[in-house]
This record gives sequence, C-alpha cells and structure tokens, in this order.
Amino acid sequence: MSCGCDCSSRTDLIIDRWNADPDFVIEMFQDIQEEFRHIPESSLNQIAERTGKPRGILFHIATFYKAFSLEQKGELEIQICTGTACYVKGAVDVLRAFERELHVDSGETTPDGRFTLSEVRCVGACGLAPVVVIGEEVIGQVTPSMVPDLLKKHR
Amino acid sequence: MNINRLSEMQKEATERFDSYSAVLMVCAGTACVANKSIGLIEHLKRELMNRGLSDKYLVVATGCNGFCAKGPIMVVQPDGVFYQKLTPADLPSIIEQHLEGGEPVESLLHMVKGVPVPKMQDIPFFAKQELLALRHRGLIDPEDIQDYVRLGGYATAAKVLTSMEPGDVLDSVIRSGIRGRGGGGFPAGLKWKSCVDAAEQLGILPVVVCNADEGDPGAFMDRSIVEADPHTVIEGMIIGAFAVGASKGFIYMRKEYPLAMHRLEIAIMQARAEGLLGENIFGKGFSFDLEIHRGAGAFVCGESSALMASMAGMPGEPRAKYVRSVERGYKDGPTVLNNVETWANIPLILDRGGEWFGSIGTGDVSENPWGGSSGTKVFSLVGDVNNIGLVEVPMGITLREIIFDIGGGIPEGKPFKAVQTGGPSGGVIPAEKLDLKVDFDSLTSEGSMMGSGGMVVMDESTCMVKFARYFVDFLKDESCGKCTPCREGLVALGQILDRIMAGNGKAGDIELLEDFGASMNDGCLCALGKDAPNPVLSTIRYFRDEYEAHISSGTCPAGQCEALIKYTINPENCVGCTICAKNCPTDAITGTVREVHVIDDGKCIRCGVCRDVCKFNAVEVK
Repeated sequence: MSCGCDCSSRTDLIIDRWNADPDFVIEMFQDIQEEFRHIPESSLNQIAERTGKPRGILFHIATFYKAFSLEQKGELEIQICTGTACYVKGAVDVLRAFERELHVDSGETTPDGRFTLSEVRCVGACGLAPVVVIGEEVIGQVTPSMVPDLLKKHR
Repeated sequence: MNINRLSEMQKEATERFDSYSAVLMVCAGTACVANKSIGLIEHLKRELMNRGLSDKYLVVATGCNGFCAKGPIMVVQPDGVFYQKLTPADLPSIIEQHLEGGEPVESLLHMVKGVPVPKMQDIPFFAKQELLALRHRGLIDPEDIQDYVRLGGYATAAKVLTSMEPGDVLDSVIRSGIRGRGGGGFPAGLKWKSCVDAAEQLGILPVVVCNADEGDPGAFMDRSIVEADPHTVIEGMIIGAFAVGASKGFIYMRKEYPLAMHRLEIAIMQARAEGLLGENIFGKGFSFDLEIHRGAGAFVCGESSALMASMAGMPGEPRAKYVRSVERGYKDGPTVLNNVETWANIPLILDRGGEWFGSIGTGDVSENPWGGSSGTKVFSLVGDVNNIGLVEVPMGITLREIIFDIGGGIPEGKPFKAVQTGGPSGGVIPAEKLDLKVDFDSLTSEGSMMGSGGMVVMDESTCMVKFARYFVDFLKDESCGKCTPCREGLVALGQILDRIMAGNGKAGDIELLEDFGASMNDGCLCALGKDAPNPVLSTIRYFRDEYEAHISSGTCPAGQCEALIKYTINPENCVGCTICAKNCPTDAITGTVREVHVIDDGKCIRCGVCRDVCKFNAVEVK
C-alpha cells in the first residue's frame, strides 16, 4: 500500500475475523478504526472487494456513524460527555476549557497528533456528571479548573 | 442442559455461597469503576488473604447497585449493611470491627439527617423501590452463570420449554399487559402475536432482537441491567424465541458501553457452554442461539427500522412504516424487537404469571393491554437531585415521590424548577405538576412521554430556552437526514432559538417555533423526527414567560445565556485571594493581593472558571 505499512494484510485479517460476511461490515469498520485510528481508503476498497458490498454504501456507512472517521484521530481520544445529565451539570464549560487548553475545537486533533477532542452523547455514568473519558479512563465530577492538571498527566 | 442438571447446579452454588460467613458485594458498575472500585476489590481480596480470611469471606464484584452518587459501594450479605464512598484505607476497620467483631463501622454508613442507616432496605433511596427488572442487582456476580442459577436463574426457561406451549406463553405475556420499555410503549404480547401471525402468513421464521442501543442521553437503565444481570436478558429472549418460534436472536448493543458488552459476551459464552443456547435446549427439540451486533454511534439506530438496517450492515436510516417491522423487519422477515428492560421482565412474568404482573401499576390490563400501565419502570434519576442513581418504582407513583422521597430533593435546598422525561423526544414537566402519576398515558397527556426512562431534574439555574436548544442541537447532529422536515426543521428551530438566546429574538418567534414544531410532528418520517420538536414545544408550553423575557426585555432569568449575562465580583465577599485572576484563561480579572478584584467585561468569555474556583462565593452572574 501507498503508506508503506502492511495495511493490506492487517485489513485482510480483520475481514477474515468476520468471515467477509457483508452483514458485519460495521463490525469490520469498528476493528479497522481501532487498528488504524481511521478508515483508510485502501481498507474500504478491500472490504468492498471481499464482501461484494458497493463502495458507495461503504462510504455512506463510514460517514454515517459517529464511531468512524476518514481522518486519522489522535493517539489519545478525549471525550467530553455532553449527555443531558452532564449538560445540566456544566459539561459545556468543561468542553470549552479543553478547547482552550488544547487550542483545538471539538472534533479536531491537535497538530502533534497526540489528542483528539470530541463530544460523546452519554456514557451512562450520569451519577458522576460531568464526565470526561480520556482513553479508557472515565473521570467524574470534572470542573473547568481541573482541566489543565488532567491534561498534564497525559502530555 | 436438562432440568436435573440445573437443579444440581443451583444446589452446588447455594452450598458454596452458604459456606462463607459473609459475602462482600462490591459494586463494579460503570460509575463505581470510575470511582476506583476495581482497585478496592483487589485491596479487599489481598487484605483478606493476608489475614487468612479468604475462606471465610467471599468478595463478589457485582453490577450496578443503582445508588451511583455514593460509589464505590459495598453491601455485606446476608445482613444487608450498606457502605458508601469507600477507599482502601477503610477496609481494615470493616474487616476488624464489622466482619470479625460484628459491629458495623458507623462512619462509613449512609446518613439521613445525621443518623446512620446501616441496612440498605431502610435507606430512603431504596425503601420505596420495587425491584422486578433489577431484581438481581448487586446480588450476583454478573460474570458467573452459577451465581445467576443460584437465585433461580434459567428455572423459568426450563419450566416454559419443558411444560408449556408457545400459545400459553403468548397468552401470559398479553395478560401481563407489559408495554415496551424502550419508549414506544406498545404492548409486548400483542407485538409477539402479530409476529407469529406474520410468520405463518409469510412462511418465514421470525427472529427476536434485543435493543440495547440506549441512545437517550441521561439514561442508563439498560446499561445497568446488562452490567448487573446479563443472563436475565438471555433467559427472557429464550422464552420469547420459544413463544414466537424463532431460532435466531440478536442483541444490538451500543459500543459506548464497553463493560456491558464484555459481560454480555461472557454470559453468552457461558450459556452456550451449559447448553442453554444452541441445539435442543432442555432436551425438548427447541434450538436457539444469540449473536451480538455492535452499534457504531447513531442515536437514530434506536428506531426499529433503522436498527434493523444497521444490523444488516447498512446505514441506520429509518424507512416509512406502511408495513410494520414486526411483519417485515430484519432482512424483510418477521421480527420481534424489544428493549433490554422488557426482556428482563419476561422471566418474572412467566414465573409468577401474567395476572400477577398486571396487578401492579395503573389501570386495568386484564382484558386489554392498552387499558393501563402495568408493572414497574426503571428510571435514571439524574441532574440537580441529591440521590442520583437508578430507581425502579411501580407505575403510578408520583413525580414528587420519585424526586423528593427517593431522590432526596434538590441540592442546597434550591427550588425545583422542572423535570425532563423521555429524552430528546420527551418534554419538561414543571413544579405545579409534581403530583402527576407516572405512567405511559399520564406523561403523554402532559406533553412529555415515558420514553426509555431518563429523568433529568433541574433547579432554577437551568435556562429553559438554552435547555431546549441543547436538545435541538443534539437531534440536529443525530438526524439521519433522510426526510426534509426533520433535517431542515431542526436547523430552523436552532436558528430561531439561537437568536432568542443572543437577545435578538423578535415578536412572533415563539409562534414560529410552535408552527415549525407542529409541521414536524405531522411530517417527519420516523418517530424520532416526529417527536424531535417536543423539548421546544413543552418548554414553551410551561415556561413561555421565560422565552418572552429573552425576547422582550433581553434578559435570561436563569442567568445562563452568555450574551445576556455578566460576571461580576461582589466586593463584600471578595477577600483578594487572587485565585480567580490566576485561573482566568483570558486574563480578564485584575487586582492585587487582599484587594477586591474586578472583571473586565470586554475580555470576559463567560467560561465560569472564576466562579468555579472562588471559595468565597464572590463571583456573581447577572
């Protein structure tokens, strides 16, 4: 592949995992997103070829669901929960604080490729609102003034 | 698996459980895990091992206990003592004083008005609850099928499969009157019946599906059920599949719930290993297996036809339902779709009988499931309320009982303003309606809805215009874009609300919002679109004066709309500690040590950091 890595064989392994079953292209995309932090065009083409699903529909899927991104995401994803419970408890102020500290808007990746800042609609930990998920770690009762310290740990 | 093997398994599990002097049930639901309960469990096990007590006391990591505000939580069984907000440092005293000494550690107990309440069932948060769907919460290890069997798990499936006819099961579910817990409120029994009829007519085998794509923000009932008791969902689906004649089932699960997904995968594997899923279950020739489909982050996939499209590896877009999905659903075949909570109730209905279930709740469902709301409902009580958590109450309880008796009222004694039910498709209910009975029909008649059971409590500091804008924004993001009224209507609603919030609202804007809302109610393709304007319409219905204040006098009574408010420092409270100036991201605050500080309104971006860090309540918003 053009990127010089073994994208193609890694993608094949993922397609094999789902037996190239066209019903499971969403699951394939999820695994590819996790593997490459985005959906490379080459992988999309490979899925089209092996499952027989039209490229147009695959592109529709890749852009329809929030879990997929055509552009590479940062090494660490920072998700600000903006579900209703978190919203009522001030999640928007927390989001703005992250935007200021990282100098990116929600949905963007820092230029060094370290962080992607995004919003998530409810992680179901409403008892801890407002909630932030950094990587796999769920952090509760976040206030705007806590944000610089939270980031320091991960820089 | 056969019945003898099941009772043997139950006997073995009970004997093993009873061989311990006490069992320590530590909550390992998502919220408690975020509060470091996994580390607590490891510490506890190590501490017991070091003291040579591992054979005397069993540590169990349970699913969500429900009282999320107090995590990490531990309940000591069999005496039912409830400990809250635990840290590893608290463990030695619990072991020495309580387990070995017999005296609960008072400082770690839940307090009500300064008095400790040791037993879980006496705590007001739990006292008014009636647990049916959540009957096993905090009582079993969700990753161990034997623990589920110990409490009678799979015994109902065994009874149904070996001694009942599918028609009897259908009758029982119809008589129970259970209505869909996912939001629609359609009687499950009638749905199953039409699926059977459609399957007969079409000659296609039906499939059963569990909707675990809990997309409503502020709702986590389904997550908790799957995390705490995944086998109950599987057992319910086995019974449902037997009733409608399905041999294949799917669970469509949100990917945002990794812990629930993990536990469900384990549960399915264990059920297969024990022969509870697969060929010839209980030796009666009935075969059934389950597969999980992972959602990929789309709210609209909670809608039945969108969910089924997504399950088939397509974009999750709804279709017009001239033919209902129960007749032509997954891959155009008959499909029974129910949500997690509905499935979790099924084993209980078949165990105790439809009439018993129908006798709980409001109205009379004995002749017609539409005649009332039977059973209980699980709500996630969140927002500005003291006891945040998951509650299960009988239908017909009032909002006041839920929010004030169970929820413990509003923090800091602030006045209650409104409660939002039904998620983005629902609406708000104001203080004067607090005595409203909570059931499907009463909530709908007040312009809201039951929905899946989110209940967001708000105090006076929430601006209703901004709150409505929040939902419009959410739905605009989540609209699939297939039909024009939803796609364009939400953009228009957003623009009007934006200008109202910016102080540029015009006379007639409220009427315009109502007009757009009514057109969307009529014209959208799917239920999510039709109900999308409800948050706007219901806030106008009950808080019209707040909209008018924004438009006519340019003020935001709740002090939330950034363009209409100002941050100032009250010189009487300011001690000149400089913490606000240090934390202000735009250097808008000036002042020297021990002198009153001043905010430069031109530089202030209304981020709220100064108010957040001030320890003297000196920052005011007007």
